[in-house]
Amino acid sequence: MKISLSWLNELAPFGDDVAALTDTLDDLGLLVEGIERSGEGLEAVIVARVDKISAIEGADRVREVSVFDGEGQLTIVCGAMNFSVGDLVPLAPVGAVLPGGFEITKRKMRGVESNGMLCAAGELGLEDSADGLMVLNSIDGASPGASFSQSLGIIPDVIFDITVEGNRPDAWSVHGVARDLAARMGLALTLPIAQTQLPTPKADGASAKIEAADLCGRLCVAKLEGIVVGPSPTWIQRRLSASGMRPINNVVDASNLVMLEMGQPTHPYDLAGVDGGGIVVRRAKAGEVLTTLDGVSRTLGLARPGVGTGEDDLVITAASGSVLGVAGIMGGASSEIAASSTSVLLELAYFDAMAIAKTSKALGLRTEASARFERGCDPRIIEAALCRFVDLVKLSCPSASLSSDLVILEGETSEPAKIEISLAAMNRFLGTQLDAAGVATLLEPRLFSCQVDGDTLSVLAPSSRSDIRPMPFGVADLYEEIARTAGYRAMARSYPSWSEPGGLSIQQQLRRSLREICVGLGCSEVWTPSILPDKLVDLAGIVGPALKIANPLSSDESTLRTGMLAGMLQVAQRNLERQRSDVALFELGTVFVHPANMSEPRLARTAGGSASNTVLPGEQERLSLLFAREGDDAKTAVVAWRTLEASLGLEPLVMTPVVAEELPLGCHPTRCAKLTSASGALLGFVGEIDPALIDASGIALVGERRRIGWLDIHVDLLADVGQIPRRPLEAKPISRFPSAAFDLAFVVPNKVLASTLEAALVQAAAGPLESIRLFDVFRGGQLGDDERSLAFELRLSSIEKTLSDADLGEVRAACIAAAESLGASLRN
Amino acid sequence: EQKRELGALIHAAQEQLTEAVSVRRGGLEAKARAQELEADRLDLSETIDSQVRPALSRGHRHLVSQTRDALEDVFCAMGFSVADGPEVETDWYNFEALNIPPAHPARGMWDTFYLDLGEAETVLLRTHTSPVQIHLMEEAVQANSLPIHAVMPGRCFRRDTPDARHLAAFHQIEGLVVDRDITFADLAGTIETFTTAYFGPDIHSRLRPAYFPFTEPSAEYEITCTLCRGAGCRTCSMTGWIELGGCGMIDPAVFEAVGIDSREWSGFAFGFGIDRCAQMRHQIPDMRALIENDLRFVEQF
Repeated sequence: MKISLSWLNELAPFGDDVAALTDTLDDLGLLVEGIERSGEGLEAVIVARVDKISAIEGADRVREVSVFDGEGQLTIVCGAMNFSVGDLVPLAPVGAVLPGGFEITKRKMRGVESNGMLCAAGELGLEDSADGLMVLNSIDGASPGASFSQSLGIIPDVIFDITVEGNRPDAWSVHGVARDLAARMGLALTLPIAQTQLPTPKADGASAKIEAADLCGRLCVAKLEGIVVGPSPTWIQRRLSASGMRPINNVVDASNLVMLEMGQPTHPYDLAGVDGGGIVVRRAKAGEVLTTLDGVSRTLGLARPGVGTGEDDLVITAASGSVLGVAGIMGGASSEIAASSTSVLLELAYFDAMAIAKTSKALGLRTEASARFERGCDPRIIEAALCRFVDLVKLSCPSASLSSDLVILEGETSEPAKIEISLAAMNRFLGTQLDAAGVATLLEPRLFSCQVDGDTLSVLAPSSRSDIRPMPFGVADLYEEIARTAGYRAMARSYPSWSEPGGLSIQQQLRRSLREICVGLGCSEVWTPSILPDKLVDLAGIVGPALKIANPLSSDESTLRTGMLAGMLQVAQRNLERQRSDVALFELGTVFVHPANMSEPRLARTAGGSASNTVLPGEQERLSLLFAREGDDAKTAVVAWRTLEASLGLEPLVMTPVVAEELPLGCHPTRCAKLTSASGALLGFVGEIDPALIDASGIALVGERRRIGWLDIHVDLLADVGQIPRRPLEAKPISRFPSAAFDLAFVVPNKVLASTLEAALVQAAAGPLESIRLFDVFRGGQLGDDERSLAFELRLSSIEKTLSDADLGEVRAACIAAAESLGASLRN
Repeated sequence: EQKRELGALIHAAQEQLTEAVSVRRGGLEAKARAQELEADRLDLSETIDSQVRPALSRGHRHLVSQTRDALEDVFCAMGFSVADGPEVETDWYNFEALNIPPAHPARGMWDTFYLDLGEAETVLLRTHTSPVQIHLMEEAVQANSLPIHAVMPGRCFRRDTPDARHLAAFHQIEGLVVDRDITFADLAGTIETFTTAYFGPDIHSRLRPAYFPFTEPSAEYEITCTLCRGAGCRTCSMTGWIELGGCGMIDPAVFEAVGIDSREWSGFAFGFGIDRCAQMRHQIPDMRALIENDLRFVEQF
């Protein structure tokens, strides 16, 4: 909301220290988002008369203009075309500094020396209403050499752009802001005194009817005769402009000014356009269509997602039934004030805030009026607003008179909240040391009334503060009001402590370990999108039915990820494109599972923790590593996995090749293994990316082979020590006797996994086995195509003795026998 | 059971891949591909660790996760535990339980992504970490385990077009204290403790009245401008202060929604952007650098 300092200063002597005022407004919760200065920097600008206009040879965009500045003739080169000889225009002479710091200097353009600048409104920091120069012929007192700003009566002003918070309905008006500011600064507030006396209103009559008393708490209909539609006084126009509203005519401007000043929207109708001479507020019929002032056809009374049933949409109709507008939001065109209007029907209403909010949201239509109604207007300000409206209209239209046919109808309004607080409890809660008088000093200038009874303070909120809830919640609202008005910055601070220790959960600690291990593996952490663009979905696919965003920012970016592969491939591709050869990445994050893919879908809970029927997607925490450096392949991923396994102290998991129906999306069908625990829990996959996918992703890899290593782990499962057990905590004793090692090389059919053979050897050597290590894999030579040689080093030791040759021989023999039982043979 | 779930996932995935591959490769003979893949077959257990190129240098943590850890550490040292919560929420947890009824004008503060799942506009991507507060309080009520002293970091989503200061997906950390006799002064003191602990001893905090439906009194909290250290610069519009986040005393309506007796318990909550914190600390002109994942950026941290 834009408020000018000159306007505020008319209500109380706030002064001109803009920085201090801004700071005070901020501290009151009236956040100053911006400060504009208008009418400054115009001191040097004068009025000049155009005496001669001539073309400059070879230039069709500028002309040479000779002006009289009150003392002599000046030559100016000017690009505007909207003026002629004899016109009075603003002249910024050489040396003038215009708003925005632009300094006028002598310049040569097209061979002609220009001795100043003729100005458009925008160049002077004024409302930019028309193209070209300001033409000042019609301004009284404008003569060559006269001060421009004096001629126009422009006074330098400051405009505060204030953000009004949702719980400050009182501050949606200049008077409200001034009241709050004056109270803080200890200044007396002087509001305009009403000249108009209202006739005694009737509680019924043909001119007004409420058919939805629950949503229209009050309705005042007044009629004004003798209206002559014309322009408003300049000061009203200027105020509206400064507040960002366009001046229209004296009736509409008066309505708008009342809204800005007092926060009460009013709606003037041309009485001749109101069929039957009266209006009705009623609920819209389901599917009722009307065209609003902005020319848009709008349908009311229908249910819309998230905005309710639509049955609280309100319309204003003429007594005869024809629809005039959407109540509290926007009128229709038929009854608009026109130049020919002679009688006005003024509607002043109090509408239910939520009803207006819902309709406004449903229609996607927010106006100055709806913004105020949906925050909650003051239902008791209607009479004062009417008086002010009549006073303002009369300024430009003395013939206007208020008809005695004034109707004010009462619907349902809630009473202002009455709150009882204990001063001691309040001081404890806020950390303040205020007595009753101190609290009253804060609240009473803001129209709260206070009564003290010992420690109990009874407070009646003003009708302008619908945000203050009744007891018991209202206590918190009142605490806030007291804290706010006392000033948050002035409040005491204390430092609470408690006996419970802080810290991270097992899974949170695990996350940190995982990140550290991944970084140690040379991988850098990335953050890829949770909402995938279609091109990535098309590239790498998603698991199961897509989880789609109903209202995506852009239609080609609407699918929740089911894995991290697509996003990470894209990151790899981009970095490789930038000639990075060291692309090794990891990401730890959430992926989503469609409920259709879950055996037991996650059910939402509602109030009180009870289950509802709303089904939610599953969420899994995933760790993925991608290795795209030169030489990286499935084996890199295997070593990464082994490092993770060892660093986390896991009981070894089993790595088995995946069969076709187990293969995860995007993985290499013959170079991928699954990782399962002894209990059969599937922890993840290790291997390579499908070469077809690498080709499709446009990744250009260094080296001959298109290989990218890939490791994908379910972190939630990893955190579950029941499913993925850890090695025992107890330390294993180290043998003090020398250990002995021997190597065994076997020729093994390809179909027997190295890990299978290794497991058999471990079992055969169990007891004395200290470690086993595959150290050579050999293919070719004398060996057949379907076999290879695998060489292991076994290290044995005993905690009790030095192992003898016989002991070693026994183990060796057992190992060979175990290998042979798998179809392997000892290699010579 | 989890196995069955995964099995189904994998099966569906395989089907999709087969289809995708056949489309992408423009009908490359399935046979040729099968042969090629078979020739490429690898027994992963043949991997010899010492033959795989060792990583000679460490990788780099993402700035956001580093910042998150650093923030968690400060709060843990202050006695907070750390809580997680789901990224997909219902309207109840994200809004209604937080005293934001449907169509409430305050909903305009959070542009929301809704999922195309179930009834329209019931399932959404959380717009803030505050729903975790509701989960924590509900759980504590059920387990009779109040008080709560927790921070809740996590990823949130808002339907905002990304720009230099906003991302549609971003990270927040939120704190919640529910205990006996917790006061507004405790809130201000806790925020000051955190501010000096995290940003340094010459960076302080102050509160300014604000409005959030789930807290009353509510405040924005500002810290000494980390660029000019309070002297006044363009970043802080010459005020010496920059806005960090929101905070306030838990609104009694929120306590009522989760079944906590606000005569016995009081509490406060505060929250701010982790990404924003990182942006301020490292003077990153455009926040979108955080999601570009350019290694030249990532490896600076």
